Amino acid sequence: MLRFVLRRLGALAATLLISSFLVFSAMYAAPGTPESFLVQGRTVSPEVLASIRAQYGLDDPFLIRYWNWLGGVLTGDLGESLTTRQDVASLLASRIPTTLWLTLYAAVLIVVFGVLAGALAGLRGGAFDTGVLLGSSVGFAVPTFFAAVLLMSVFSVTLGWFPVFGSGSGFAGRIEHLTLPAVALALPAAAVVARITRTAVVEEREAEHVSVALARGVPWRVVARRHILRNAMLPVTTIVGVNIAALVAGAAVVEHAFTLDGVGAMLINSVQQKDFAVVQAVALLLVAVFGVVNLVIDILYAVIDPRVQLGGESA
Amino acid sequence: MTAQALERPAVRRRGGDLADRLGPLGLAAVAVVALITLAALCAPLITSHDPAIGSVIERYQGPSAEHLLGTDQSGRDLLARLLYGARTSLLGAAVVVLLAGAGGALLALVAAWFGRTVDALVGRVLDLLFAFPNLLLAILAVAVFGTGLGQVTVALAIAYVPYTARVLRSVALRERRLGYVQAAELQGLSGLVVSVRHILPNIAPQILTGAAINFGYAMIDLAALSFLGLGVQPPTADWGLMVSQGKDSLLQGHAQQSVFAGVCIVVAVAAFSVIGERLGGRKAGGRA
Repeated sequence: MLRFVLRRLGALAATLLISSFLVFSAMYAAPGTPESFLVQGRTVSPEVLASIRAQYGLDDPFLIRYWNWLGGVLTGDLGESLTTRQDVASLLASRIPTTLWLTLYAAVLIVVFGVLAGALAGLRGGAFDTGVLLGSSVGFAVPTFFAAVLLMSVFSVTLGWFPVFGSGSGFAGRIEHLTLPAVALALPAAAVVARITRTAVVEEREAEHVSVALARGVPWRVVARRHILRNAMLPVTTIVGVNIAALVAGAAVVEHAFTLDGVGAMLINSVQQKDFAVVQAVALLLVAVFGVVNLVIDILYAVIDPRVQLGGESA
Repeated sequence: MTAQALERPAVRRRGGDLADRLGPLGLAAVAVVALITLAALCAPLITSHDPAIGSVIERYQGPSAEHLLGTDQSGRDLLARLLYGARTSLLGAAVVVLLAGAGGALLALVAAWFGRTVDALVGRVLDLLFAFPNLLLAILAVAVFGTGLGQVTVALAIAYVPYTARVLRSVALRERRLGYVQAAELQGLSGLVVSVRHILPNIAPQILTGAAINFGYAMIDLAALSFLGLGVQPPTADWGLMVSQGKDSLLQGHAQQSVFAGVCIVVAVAAFSVIGERLGGRKAGGRA
């Protein structure tokens, strides 16, 4: 187990290293020179331009610049924003709480509502099952940004139950401000999870070992819990994990829609302003989080299913 | 992607009737897709309004004989914008699916034919692409190449390649080991000829099923990028952009634009995902 985790962490570090190089060179290769973004279209004397180039180390060869940047990243220095001159690391730190709360909230909603609805639909059948099937088909097709706009229209503008903007402070304030964004973010994923859970539960319910258990007189509640749900949770874990990992990037859309001050909104803004120092930092952070979440899922998977061999060639 | 294009290989592979495999719901979905495609193609015949031109005096009008669905914040006809927006939305998603399918098939065939080192190398490249969330990859590409439909379409296609390549690689590897491929190889045919003439037609059903499944995702992702202001730029009509532009009007109580455009996206995506699901016999969300 430990060896598996260590090896995966090593692979993740290698991936991050290559990703950082790719992201850095992509920004380097982008049309337009960095100093033209720095001066923002103003006409400046060649001397000023030269001093700017020297200040940002723009005259150094590409690899030296990458090396300096990487060294900075490893020591927690992410450089400074090209547009606001602020320290990227502290900018990023101020944005992380909102995104963290939003994604955690959405993840809880996905697990609770997706798995619960799917499991109940699979176990009970009947009208509830049909409802979940229909709901998941529609929910899956609703883009997060459209869900965001609809929720805002109904619950903020018309009913006035929730605030339209801002991300709130304190636990209660955050819950109040982030409820609609989290619902919008969770909706399509919860629909997929509900669908997969339902299918898994139905397949398991119709399995022979369940008929045998029931025929031997094992109570339905016990069969449902120990025989059906436990087995059905394997594919569910995978799909829940994939969807929670995808929230990392999906949050950007919802943050933009609700004008929340999260990391994703910062990414979008800095892309529009060509603030590459920020774009690089956010991209690297998102890839790192994405990788860690995926690693956690793989470990969880092995904990749930003892048959899964860790450290195999495919791992 | 039309129903006809999907029909041929499906029939050839299973020998069954396509209508049977689609079922009533699947056939309804095909009808919906055909209707949307037709509406997009015949947009100028259906409405005489220009989607980009409006009069500010006529802003926020309700439905009338002149403007069947009313007008937006610039007094532009909403029906015209929806119809022309269908062109952008469908074309963009079609190009994404086409490029991702071609790129995925190319990688799969190369990996399957050469095997060993090349296969491992392709695997590493795919792993690296998998390390980036889809949307992040597309956003980064916009940062480098700038905003616009063309840019985000290519960016998204690249983001989709690992998914199609992974599925197709396993199918191509299976074909590679079959007798007909080895016979062709023994006859001295080149790898290119065997791959393109013999293996490719046999993995075509999987390519098309993947395309149908990805189409819905591509529509949503492209619309999301337009919503973020990174994709299609105004005044071009696009469903995602319409939801975004309608947001401000909606906060003032004019919900039509966002709602109409959003409903169009939902209906189109649902139809494509039903078709993909029926063709592939897979569950919703089966891409990953």
